[in-house]
Parts: sequence; C-alpha cells; structure tokens
Amino acid sequence: MKTSDLLASAVANTFRSKLRTTLTVLALFIGAFTLTLTTAVGAGVTDYVTKQVASLGANDVFIISGGAQANPTDGPAEYDPETSTASDGTSAGPLAAGGALTEADLETLSATEGLTKVSPVRSVAFDYIQNGDGTKYEFTANPASSITKADLVAGEQLSSGSTENQVVLPSDYLEPLGYATGEDAVGQQVSLGLTDILGQKHTVDATVVGVAQTSLLASGAGINQALTNSAADLQMAGIQTLNPRYAIATARFDASLPAQDVSALKQKVVDEGFSVQTIQDQLGVITTVIAGIVGVLNAFAIIALLAASFGIVNTLLMSVQERTREIGLMKAMGMRSSRVFALFSLEATFIGFLGSALGALVAVLLGTALSAGLAAGPLAALPGLNILLFDPASIAGIIILIMAIAFVSGTLPARRAAKQNPIESLRYE
Amino acid sequence: MGSNLIIDAKNISKSYGSGANRFDALKDVSFQVAQGESVAIVGKSGSGKSTLMHLIALLDKPDSGALEVEGRDALRMKQRELSNFRNKKFGFVFQQFFLTPNTSVLDNVVLPLKISGIRRSERKRRGLQILANFELESKSAKKATTLSGGQKQRVVIARALINEPAVIFADEPTGNLDSATGGVVEDTLFALNKKNGITLVIVTHDEELAARCDRRVYLKDGEIVPSLSNKKVKA
Ligand SMILES: Nc1ncnc2c1ncn2[C@@H]1O[C@H](COP(=O)(O)OP(=O)(O)OP(=O)(O)O)[C@@H](O)[C@H]1O
Ligand SMILES: [Mg+2]
Repeated sequence: MKTSDLLASAVANTFRSKLRTTLTVLALFIGAFTLTLTTAVGAGVTDYVTKQVASLGANDVFIISGGAQANPTDGPAEYDPETSTASDGTSAGPLAAGGALTEADLETLSATEGLTKVSPVRSVAFDYIQNGDGTKYEFTANPASSITKADLVAGEQLSSGSTENQVVLPSDYLEPLGYATGEDAVGQQVSLGLTDILGQKHTVDATVVGVAQTSLLASGAGINQALTNSAADLQMAGIQTLNPRYAIATARFDASLPAQDVSALKQKVVDEGFSVQTIQDQLGVITTVIAGIVGVLNAFAIIALLAASFGIVNTLLMSVQERTREIGLMKAMGMRSSRVFALFSLEATFIGFLGSALGALVAVLLGTALSAGLAAGPLAALPGLNILLFDPASIAGIIILIMAIAFVSGTLPARRAAKQNPIESLRYE
Repeated sequence: MGSNLIIDAKNISKSYGSGANRFDALKDVSFQVAQGESVAIVGKSGSGKSTLMHLIALLDKPDSGALEVEGRDALRMKQRELSNFRNKKFGFVFQQFFLTPNTSVLDNVVLPLKISGIRRSERKRRGLQILANFELESKSAKKATTLSGGQKQRVVIARALINEPAVIFADEPTGNLDSATGGVVEDTLFALNKKNGITLVIVTHDEELAARCDRRVYLKDGEIVPSLSNKKVKA
C-alpha cells in the first residue's frame, strides 16, 4: 500500500467510529488545552519579568554596596569597627543593600581586575517636571536608570556617553504633560525643578529621548549620566564634601564570561569587603517561583495526557477487535504486516493530532480573549504584562509531543493487529 | 504434468491444537491443479476443505509435506514474497462475504489494487469497469451493507478479479445464495474460466456445482477419497 493511501485510510478509519474517536480526542484535547495555556502563562510572565529585569539593569552590571555581603539566610552581619560602614537605611528598593561607599572604596573597586566603569550611583531628588509653562507634576528619577534598559514604547534608550541632558518618561506622564502620543513627546524639552541643600530652587532642562512602559520593579523616570551629574552638582550648591558617601556603585564586567568566572569575580569583590549582586541574583527568586507554579500546572496537564494515552490504547484495541476480519482480509489479499502496523499507528497518531491541534487552537482563541480581558480589567495596573504569550514554536512542540504520546500508545494495538494470522481472523465470528 | 502445474502439493498435513486437543485436519494429502482447469474440492462439513484451500492459497503453512506454486517452493518463500503472490496472482472468494461495512462498493472492490499500491485514478477506472461487467455500476457509491446477498456476492467476485489473477479460490461461492442467484454467480465464474483461462479452485458441498467442474476431489476426515476423486490432472 502506498504511504499516501495508508494515510488517507488511517484518517478515514478514524472517522468511522465517531463517538469512540470523539471521546478519545476529548481526553487529548483537555491535555493539549491545559498544556498550551500553562506554557503560555509561563512564557507571558517570564517575558514580562525579563523585560522588567532589563528595565532594572543590564546583564553586565554588578551592583556594589559597602559592608559585608548581606546573606538573607545568615541573619545580620556582626559589627566590626574595622570593616563595617554606616548605612543610612534610606535607600529603598531592590538596588539597596549593605552600607555606604567612600571615594577610597571606589578606587579599590576601579583597581580590581575585571571591573570596568566603576561609578557611584548619585541619587538626585527632583521636585517637579514641567512642559513649558504647563502644570508642574511630581517627578522621581530612578537612580539606576543610567545602567538600565527601559521597556520603550517610543523613542530610544538613554545614551550614557552623551553630554546632553536626557530623560526617558514613564508613559503615564504623557497625558498630564500634554503629549498626545509617545512620538509627540520624543525630542521635546522639559524642565525639571529641584531644591539644593541650602533651600535654593533651580531648574534643569532636559530632552525627552524616549517613553517607557510604566514598570513594576523600576520606579521613576530614566535620566542619563549627564543629567544626573548636572542635577547632583546643583543639589550640592557647589559645596564639596570632603568625604562623599554613596549608597551604591555600579561596575561593568564582561558579559560574555562563563558563569563560574563571574562567580569568581564576585567572590573577589566580596573578599575586598563589599556586597555585590547582579540583576539576575536579585530576580532569581521571582523566576524560580514562576517556574515552580508553571511546573505544577504542567504536571496536571501531563497527568491528563497520561490518562488520555490509556484511552488511545483502549480505543484502538477495540478497533482492532472490531476490525479483525477486515485486517485478516487485507492480509489475505497481500497487505504486509508492517503496513498493517503502520496503518494502526497512523490512526493513533492522527487521533493525537486531532486532539492536540483542536486543544491548542481553542486554548489560543480562548486565551487571547481572556488575556485581552484581563489586561483591560484586573491586570490593567501592570502595563506590558501579557499574561498569556502564545509562542508558535512551543505550540508546535506540544502538538508534536502529544502526537508522539499517541503514537507510542498506538504501538500496542498496532502490533496486535500486525501479528494477526489472516486465517484466524477470517474465521473470527 | 510438468510446467503447466500451477499448484503441486505433496503429502501435506495440517493439525490444529496440541496434546489432547490435537486435531488432524489434513492427513497426507497430495493435490495438483493445472493451469486453466476448474477443480472442485468436495466434502462434508468439517472434512478439511477450507483448510486445504488455505494451504494451497498460501494463507497458511502445512506442518509437513511439500508445496510448489508455479514451480517455486512455497514453503521457503519469505513473508514479502507470499504477500506479493497472493496480491498479484490469486483472487479470493471466502465462505463469508467479508465486505467492509460503511465503505463504498467501489472502495471494497479496489482493495487489492490499493494494497498493491496502484494510483487512485487507475483504481477508480478499473473498479468502475469491472463493476460495469457485473451490472453493478449504479451501486458503486453505495455502502456495501446496503446491497442484497446476490449483489454482495457479485461484488466479492469482482474484487477477486480486479487484479487479473491467475487463480481464483472460491470457498462456497454460492453457499449464501438462493439457487437462481447462485446460478448467475456460477455462470460468471465458469465464463471467466472458459474465456480468460482463469484457473478455478472451488470448495463446495453442492454436488451440482461440483459436477460443472473439470475435476472433483473428495475429502473425508482430512483425507482424499481416491475412489470418488478424479486425481488425474488434465494435460
Ligand atoms: N483454528 C482451528 N483450531 C482448531 N480446529 C480447527 C481450526 N480450524 C479448523 N479446525 C478444524 O479442522 C476441521 C476442518 O475445518 P475446515 O474449516 O477445513 O472444514 P470445512 O471442510 O471447510 O467445513 P465447512 O464445510 O463447514 O466449511 C474442522 O473439524 C475444524 O473444527
Ligand atoms: Mg469451510
């Protein structure tokens, strides 16, 4: 029998016993439906977190703070007058850890082999942002924005090398500042107001280079190094402190280094008496939790599929039993055992295809509607979060996986059919 | 004898079961069929007629003895060769109709062609042609289950003929039919034998049908009854 005929026969046979096929397909459908949705949730949340991580900082950045490595499981570090430094405790958010850094510390870090571009994160407190003569709005800058990549909706990322004062606005500032769209805002001048340590009011002008999705983890607008420096200088009112202190510093390393070299480098910095973390360290917990939840959901789907595979075995065994004479006749007429085996395996695989393709299709249709509904309603506070992200490759993977499971389940009945003696089959009443 | 023998079975035996349940269905049977003749295998129910037919049609293997088909040792043929032989050289009409229900008459008739891997369009052409010969053209798209007994038997014969076989093995071809319809089926088979030179091996317990054959072989309890059988093969 030609393979194309074999395939057509397998498909036709599948539809001969409609109720039985439907029930088997239904079991596979549920498995495929669940797997498609759980993978989409996993992908959606992971994608969101990845974007958030990028908005927190680049993957070649260490965030270094003074004091011993704060290890959450070990409790507080013991005070040691030689190494411990005072921590002001005011720096909040994921970028804060340990004590303060001095100029000497920064020099030590700069001298450390493997670290480049060591720079302190200078925090600047702005009072407001204003577009021309418009209304003034409160304004917060993300101190780490010079090392971050914003999740842009318009424009470009901040340029760390530029001498121009640059700002990336969160998208919720657009309407209040009088910009209809993100594109309208890009290239515009805004004024930022601040008060120096002596109580004098100042303004700095800056160019909007980009508009970012409002972020869950990195709050505030992005400002580049040039703007940070000019604002910080204004804030100090020209007074040079003898001993400036910084909450944190950033340093770059070679992102292409293998993981163990990065760990060694981290250990070296820790040995010098600092705390050091990468962005991934800080978000590791979140991603682990997400992976755990998705894993549990997937386990349920796999259990459904396992049950479905027994359904396939049962369906096809019944089918082989029912078609004993037909199989015997085909073999009597010269159909080879290997082709009989192929016919039944193909039937199983086709049932697998039907169930998985339908399940995935319905999951995508329903999920897309659900995702849109959630984004407009309960999840509106998390812009940029697509709770269900359907990836064609993983959907194809799910379909192939289920077809493979169906094929394997089909081999038992198919072998039974292939082994049938034509004479015995033809005698079968 | 010689090269015109299409089937040459020597001293073949076949038993079913083992130990106390052992049953010798065929005992030391020698049987020849020459090209173009019609042979009837006659005997009471349970005498081993179907068993003999299955063995010489390469559907089963004898426990002992020798079997040559078209001068080749059938007992040494590989599975693939055996399948090929049955598919290309033999046509089968079994004791029951064995039509696939819920499948069209045409699809039932062209099954041997489908198995041998012939193109769909070619199958359809040959299937419709042979159905026309049996005045069943109008039924080609009907489900096989909707036909009358006589029509079914004609479909079965059409299916046996579609691959233009050298031999037709028919097990009780008229057993399920009334005498009038049975007569039509018999006429069809003998016409094929006379006109196209197709060899006929007919299993029957119907004396009248047996009498129409060139030769009769009588079986009793798995053995040939020499006094009743014309063992001599027509040259
Ligand atoms: N698979 C089997 N297992 C055990 N015994 C069998 C088997 N097949 C056939 N037999 C026995 O072998 C004997 C011959 O059977 P066979 O079918 O050849 O008879 P038959 O002459 O064709 O009879 P009928 O005219 O009723 O079709 C019978 O007694 C039958 O019970
Ligand atoms: Mg019989």
